[in-house]
Amino acid sequence: MTSHPQNDGAPPPLDRRPPPPVLLLRHPTQFSVLDRPLPDTFRFLKPWKSPLPLGDFLSSADARAAEAILTSGMTPVTAEMLRRLPGVRLVVTTSAGLEHIDVAECRRRGIAVANAGDAYSEDVADLAVGLLIDVLRKVSASDRYGRRGSWSGEGEFALGSKLGGKRVGIVGLGRTGLKVAKRLEAFGCAVSYNSRKAKPYVSYPFHSNVCELATNCDALVICCGLNEETHHMITREVLLALGKEGVVVNIGRGSIIDEKEMVQLLVQGELGGAGLDVFENEPNVPEELLALDNVVLSPHRAVFTPESLSDLCDLVIRNLEAFFSNKPLLSPVLDE
Amino acid sequence: MTVGHHMDDVDSSTSLSPFPKQQQQNSSLSTTQFDSPMAADPESSGGPPPLRRRAPRCVLLLRHPPHFTLIDRPLPDGFRFLKPWESPLPFDDFLASDDVRSAEAILTSQGVPVTADMLRRLPAVRLVLTTSAGLNHIDLAECRRRGVAVAGAGEVYSEEVADLAIGLLIDVLRKVSAGDRYVRRGSWSSEGEFALGSKLGGKRAGVVGLGRIGLEVAKRLEAFGCTVSYNSRKKKPYVLYPFYSDVRELATNCDVLVICCGLNEQTHHMINREVLLALGKEGVIVNIGRGSIIDEKEMVQLLVQGELGGAGLDVFENEPKVPEELLALDNVVLSPHTAVFTTESLSELCDLVVGNLEAFFSDKPLLSPVLDE
Repeated sequence: MTSHPQNDGAPPPLDRRPPPPVLLLRHPTQFSVLDRPLPDTFRFLKPWKSPLPLGDFLSSADARAAEAILTSGMTPVTAEMLRRLPGVRLVVTTSAGLEHIDVAECRRRGIAVANAGDAYSEDVADLAVGLLIDVLRKVSASDRYGRRGSWSGEGEFALGSKLGGKRVGIVGLGRTGLKVAKRLEAFGCAVSYNSRKAKPYVSYPFHSNVCELATNCDALVICCGLNEETHHMITREVLLALGKEGVVVNIGRGSIIDEKEMVQLLVQGELGGAGLDVFENEPNVPEELLALDNVVLSPHRAVFTPESLSDLCDLVIRNLEAFFSNKPLLSPVLDE
Repeated sequence: MTVGHHMDDVDSSTSLSPFPKQQQQNSSLSTTQFDSPMAADPESSGGPPPLRRRAPRCVLLLRHPPHFTLIDRPLPDGFRFLKPWESPLPFDDFLASDDVRSAEAILTSQGVPVTADMLRRLPAVRLVLTTSAGLNHIDLAECRRRGVAVAGAGEVYSEEVADLAIGLLIDVLRKVSAGDRYVRRGSWSSEGEFALGSKLGGKRAGVVGLGRIGLEVAKRLEAFGCTVSYNSRKKKPYVLYPFYSDVRELATNCDVLVICCGLNEQTHHMINREVLLALGKEGVIVNIGRGSIIDEKEMVQLLVQGELGGAGLDVFENEPKVPEELLALDNVVLSPHTAVFTTESLSELCDLVVGNLEAFFSDKPLLSPVLDE
C-alpha cells in the first residue's frame, strides 16, 4: 500500500512499519494557529518536553533514532546536530527561507531537504505589490490623514505617483519574484531583475550587478533568500543609485538590506520611500521609521493568511508521507 | 497642441483650408470662408474663426481646478476665465452680468454642479468641460437638449483609479494599514504576532460597472488569481467574464465587490443593505466610484455590527465628512478621494483640458467627448 501525495483521505499505512520518529525542534505555529493537530502517522520527538537540555537530549537513544527533522524558520539545523543524529535522512522546514539550515552539510551527508515550496509565494507576492502600491499611492498615509479628521477638501492630500511606467527591479527571481513580476506587469510596470545567474526562459532584462539594476530602476523589490552573498547586499551605494524618488520593498529578510544606512537615507530624503515586511532585529523596528510618512511597516506577515498556512500544513504532512513511502518530495530544495 | 497653423492658412486663398470638410460640404460658401469672421460650419449657423484672430474666448470657471495648482501649472493663455469667487457679486448676479453671459464654455470640477438653470441663463455656452471622469454633477439631459457639448477626463485616470482600487483591496484583505498602525504603536514588540490576513488568490471578485476603469480593475484582479465577474447596465459583447444582470445576485456569488460605475439615478444607493448582506460577513467592498452609489448609513451599520467583513473607500456620500464610526474600525481603509491624484495623471489631465478648449474653439473635434452609450 503506497501513499499518493495528492490523496485527501486519511494517510495510508507507511510501509507497514511503526511510525517513523521525527525530531520536532519546535511546535510549528502554522499548525497551532489553525488548531490543527500533528498527524499521528509519525512519532514526533519533542525536546521541550524533556527535562534534558537540547545537547543531552540529542544524545539520548530516543533522539538518535530520529529519521527526519521538522523545523521552522527560527530553529537552526546545524552541522553539529546532523553529526549527532546519523539516522536522519530528511530535513523539512516550514519556512521558504533556508538560512537556518546547513544545507551544504545536508548535501554532504545525502540528507534530503524540503521547504515551504510554493505554499507562500502568492501571498508574499501579493503583499509585496500591496506594499509598493501603498508607498507610491500613500494608502496608509492617507488613511492616517483621514482618521485624524484632517480631510477638509478635494486635492489637498499629497500627490501620489503612478505605478504604470515605473521601472521595477526584482532582486531574486525565484518563485516569489516571478509572481511579483507577473502582478507588476498587469499594472504597466517595466520589470527587470538581478539574480545569481540569468534565468534562461525569462524575457525580463537581466542585470548581473544589483547596483546597476538600482541605477536603471525606480523601485526595487527584494525577493531573494538570505545567505552569505546576499547579506547586506543592498548597500548605501545601491540605495543612492535608486535615488531620491526611489522606493524599496523588502519581503525577503531584513539583513539583505543594510538597515542602518537605509534608515539614514530615508530620514535625509535621499531615498523616496520603503515598504518593509522584514527587519534586521525583529520585532524591533528602527524608531526613526515610526515618524516617517513615506514608509509602510508590516510585522512580518507576508505569509500569514489562513489559506497559505493551511496549504503549508498539508505540504509538511505530504512531504513526510512521500519521503517515508519512497516517493519524491513535493517541495525538495534542489541544487541550482 | 498648438493653434499656430490656423493663422497661416486663413490668410491665403488657396484650398489649404483649416476646414477642408466644410469646404466640400458647403462649396457655395467657399469664397466667403476666409472673408467673413464667421466661417461656414455644418454644425451651426456660423463657426468662429481661429483663436488668435479675435478676443480671448470667455470660459466660466466654476472653481479653480486643483489639478493645475497641484502641479504648479498656470491656466492656459488664449482664454478669458471668468471667476465667480473674484467677483463681489453673489453668484446669481454674477451669472446675470454681461461678461458672464458671453461665456461660451464652462469649466467645472467634480462636485461643482452645472445645472439646467445655469445653462438656461448662459445661452452662449456650447461646451461644458469637467476635470473629472464622473459626470453626475452635470445635467447631461439639459446639455443634450441645448446641443451643448460635454467633455470629461476621458481615459486619463483609468489606470490610476484601478491601481488604487487594487491597493485598497489588498490593504483590507491583508490588513496593510492596520499592520502599519500596529507596528507604529509598538504593539509588535509588546503584544506579539499580528492578526492573520486573507488571501487574494481564489477570491471571487465582482466588478460593478465594467467601463474603462472596471476593465483595468478586472485585468489586475486576474493577475492576483481572483475570479472576475461583473454587473453592468447591459452585458458587454466581447467580454468573457460572467455577467450578472442583478447586482444582488453578483454579491451573493462574490467575496469582494469593486464599485467602478458612475453615479446616476439608477446607481444611486444601488448598493443597499440587501446587497451588502448578500456579500456576507467575510465580504469586502471597495468603492472608487461615488459615495452615493452605496447606502452609506447602512454600510456603516453593517460594518459596526460585523455583518460585513471590510471596506476600502476612496469616496463618501458627504465629502469631506467621513462617518465617525468608520474611524474606529480596523477593517476599513479610508482614502480622501485621491484616486486620480498622481503627478502623472494630473499632468495628462491639464494637457487634456487645454487640448479640449483649443480644439473646441477651433472647431476641431473634442479630444474626450462624452458620448451617449
